[in-house]
Amino acid sequence: MTKVSMVLNGKSVSADVEDRTLLVGLIRDVRGLTGTHVGCDTSQCGACVVHVNGKAVKSCTMLAAQADGSEVVTLEGVGSANNLHPVQAAFREHHGLQCGFCTPGMIMSAIDMINRHGAGNLDEKTIRHELEGNICRCTGYQNIVKAIKSASDQMAGMAQAAE
Amino acid sequence: MAVEGIGARALRKEDKRFITGKGKYTDDMTMPGMGYAAFVRSPHAHAKVTGIDAAAALAMPGVDAVLTGDQLVGDGIGNLICGWMIHSKDGTPMKMGGWRALEPEIVRHVGQAVAVVIADTQAQARDAADAVVVDYEELDAVVDPLDALKDGAPQLHPEAEGNLIFDWEIGDEAATNEAFEKAAHVTKMEIHNNRLVPNPMEPRAALAGYDDAEEHYTLYTTSQNPHVARLVLSAFYAVAPEHKLRVIAPDVGGGFGSKIYIYPEEMVCLWASKRVGRPVKWVSDRTEAFLTDAHGRDHRSEAELALDADNKILGFRVKTVANIGAYMSLFSSSVPTYLYATLLSGQYDIPAIHANVKAVYTNTTPVDAYRGAGRPEATYLVERMMETASREVGLSPAEFRRKNFIRAFPHQTPVIMCYDAGDYDATLDAALKAADYDGFAARKAEAASRGKLRGIGLSCYIEACGIAPSAAVGSLGAGVGLWESAEVRVNPVGTIEVLTGSHSHGQGHETTFAQLISERFGLDTDSVSIVHGDTDKVQFGMGTYGSRSGAVGMSAIVKALDKVESKAKKIAAHLMEAAEGDIQIEGGELKVAGTDKKLTFTEVALAAYTAHNLPEGMEPGLKEGAFYDPTNFTFPAGTYVCEVEIDPETGKTEIVNFTAADDFGKIINPMIVEGQVHGGITQGIGQALLENAAYDEGGQLLTASYMDYTMPRADDVPSYQLSTHVTECPGNPLGMKGCGEAGALGSPPAVINAITDALGANALTMPATPERVWALAQSGMKQAAE
Repeated sequence: MTKVSMVLNGKSVSADVEDRTLLVGLIRDVRGLTGTHVGCDTSQCGACVVHVNGKAVKSCTMLAAQADGSEVVTLEGVGSANNLHPVQAAFREHHGLQCGFCTPGMIMSAIDMINRHGAGNLDEKTIRHELEGNICRCTGYQNIVKAIKSASDQMAGMAQAAE
Repeated sequence: MAVEGIGARALRKEDKRFITGKGKYTDDMTMPGMGYAAFVRSPHAHAKVTGIDAAAALAMPGVDAVLTGDQLVGDGIGNLICGWMIHSKDGTPMKMGGWRALEPEIVRHVGQAVAVVIADTQAQARDAADAVVVDYEELDAVVDPLDALKDGAPQLHPEAEGNLIFDWEIGDEAATNEAFEKAAHVTKMEIHNNRLVPNPMEPRAALAGYDDAEEHYTLYTTSQNPHVARLVLSAFYAVAPEHKLRVIAPDVGGGFGSKIYIYPEEMVCLWASKRVGRPVKWVSDRTEAFLTDAHGRDHRSEAELALDADNKILGFRVKTVANIGAYMSLFSSSVPTYLYATLLSGQYDIPAIHANVKAVYTNTTPVDAYRGAGRPEATYLVERMMETASREVGLSPAEFRRKNFIRAFPHQTPVIMCYDAGDYDATLDAALKAADYDGFAARKAEAASRGKLRGIGLSCYIEACGIAPSAAVGSLGAGVGLWESAEVRVNPVGTIEVLTGSHSHGQGHETTFAQLISERFGLDTDSVSIVHGDTDKVQFGMGTYGSRSGAVGMSAIVKALDKVESKAKKIAAHLMEAAEGDIQIEGGELKVAGTDKKLTFTEVALAAYTAHNLPEGMEPGLKEGAFYDPTNFTFPAGTYVCEVEIDPETGKTEIVNFTAADDFGKIINPMIVEGQVHGGITQGIGQALLENAAYDEGGQLLTASYMDYTMPRADDVPSYQLSTHVTECPGNPLGMKGCGEAGALGSPPAVINAITDALGANALTMPATPERVWALAQSGMKQAAE
């Protein structure tokens, strides 16, 4: 067993877990945050994407122990029903989800993508290329791409207004 | 929120929970004291089980039990069944072999379960499953359905001699042969429809609990049709009587057909929960999903089309071998027969059709319905033949199709279906215009100047949806009726709960169904809740597949709404001392026409429940139910145009333009319909370019993870141009046809027709990988040079 401590969605948490426990296992089974999903176990589908120290990470491919001392943010940590993150709102506005299973990873990857490229700097081609690590079987991606572009542009507007 | 009725692009009510991580899928559910199941699976495609030694596994930490097939059979648990009877052309019933949820004697595909371990944690269960020692005596395996029919092929089931399950036919063979004798031109092709794995992003899962005081089971499961699951688990597998079994399908992460069936794992979790005395959870990993979720397609066909001198179709002859896999899954027999060959007339007036289908066992994962189910196989066959024939006779693909379109309705085809409404010219015209078909030659020339091969391909699909009148499917062998039920409960304060037998696993029913109520009563969609997926709440329902939730499920709601409206009007008329016929419902109020008298919907609902002043003899309350059985299938149709550019040096195909023009009848929410079409087209492009379930000769699935099976990703596909044209379906009260599967039907032939147009060579098998396209491009260029 290993004692793992981290800041999860802004809260300090620690847990004794088996050495082999994956980060997603800690998030889902130990902490009960079931918004992060496991879709493939092989780091291919991206349903399990969370942010570790501000970077998008597939939590099915990282040991919980490796996240010791880190700041981890899951979908539950980016916004709530009454205070949606612009990317969450854009996914709804543009019908960027159907069954909802890939959605947590899609939103977390999208936020990371916008952070890395800078809000307002994403075009369709870049978004499609950046989504290489996230599989969706329902939407055909078209409305996901639209949602991310719209959120990126909207966030640029918000940044400008704040200046 | 607002009043959002029929036709509104209402944003989805269910989205808030999904975008904030509050969705509740089966793997998110827990029960106190639950353990985990892990299955011991065969590494062989065909083998005798000669011994199972669980001693080492039982000694491992946290392990409760290792259960085997002998115990399952000993407890009286029944075999898995196929629920659609097909008779061969000689009148004999299909030859179904036995299928046990845990196999004690002979395994017939890689991944088949022989034992299950129950332990405290998932990791302990998986470790212990690895430690169960199973002795196998390997047998020869056969994976190719044509090989399975040959003399001397390995035999899978004693019930099915020569691995032949049925040898079925449809249509008039003599009339079809006669048509070919008169033909001026005959187009012939061999067509392979590749095997696919449905791959909903949520893997299958089950959580089963048993209450010994009540002798009652609860099952959370990833199902498209929880009532059908309960019926089958109860009536055929004898797990528990229906009133002692509650099946809940909570949020379900996609299905595409693969979650219709009742699989061994769900059944074993139920059985094991009683045997070990604790709730049992099982969650499939992705490789288990590849090995055990029912696959789709896998047809080998020979087709011949007879034309007269004026290029009118005289007859169509098809021979198909359908790979059923190692066992007959729940609806496997209906897919290559009544869901396939009944669509071979396409959008065309064809006087004579004959099809023969042989269904064959092989040592592969069972094959059943996957998005479209038989209809994509028919569409691919018909539309590859149409394009090829048009090229052979030198007509443009559009002109050749137009020459043969059906234009008078109702139209009785020679293969059972009676098309009720459509306008195939309208969708063809719309698609050609949107795709700038006339400008293609210039684009092709421009691409050629860059060294690229550009091609354009058409596909004019038709499907039969709704599935369908119960009496009709019953006469064709279905073991169930295919109606739908609904109950509309108006609460005393005027909010409404709609209980439906349809099940949403991505389709957005919580929104579109609420739009019906909003439209009818002028109420805010926020005052409506849609309840589905729980056998304790909804009385019965047939579930969601075959694009049926609109045409059938919503029709049941409409029937229940009619009754609620009628009773509400009677109450309002009584209270306002007016004639019932003078009551009009508008903006959430019941008004007396031509006066200023009115009552709110809430006031009428409250009056129904206080029952202080109701019309004489009227029962209190405002709650009505309805069952709706359709009068016919529905017939969505449309035209898809695909334009590709190919790099002859690499064989890489890029879809540069994809245009869809669909006729789905009346549309409730255009936003949701577009989403369905986007998803369907992408799955179809996946089939055409990327996806293939490949086995080696020994029956090992070579594509059993996302590292090997090529799922379409965002950069594999373009954005699509969509449009819709409406001819209302006369067969249901809303005029709806259904939109869930169309994209997956129409797109594969459009893509392959475009690639073969670009290459000037026709011998292309799906998926059109760069390797295959490159080889064909090279041979085409060689031919051109000679």
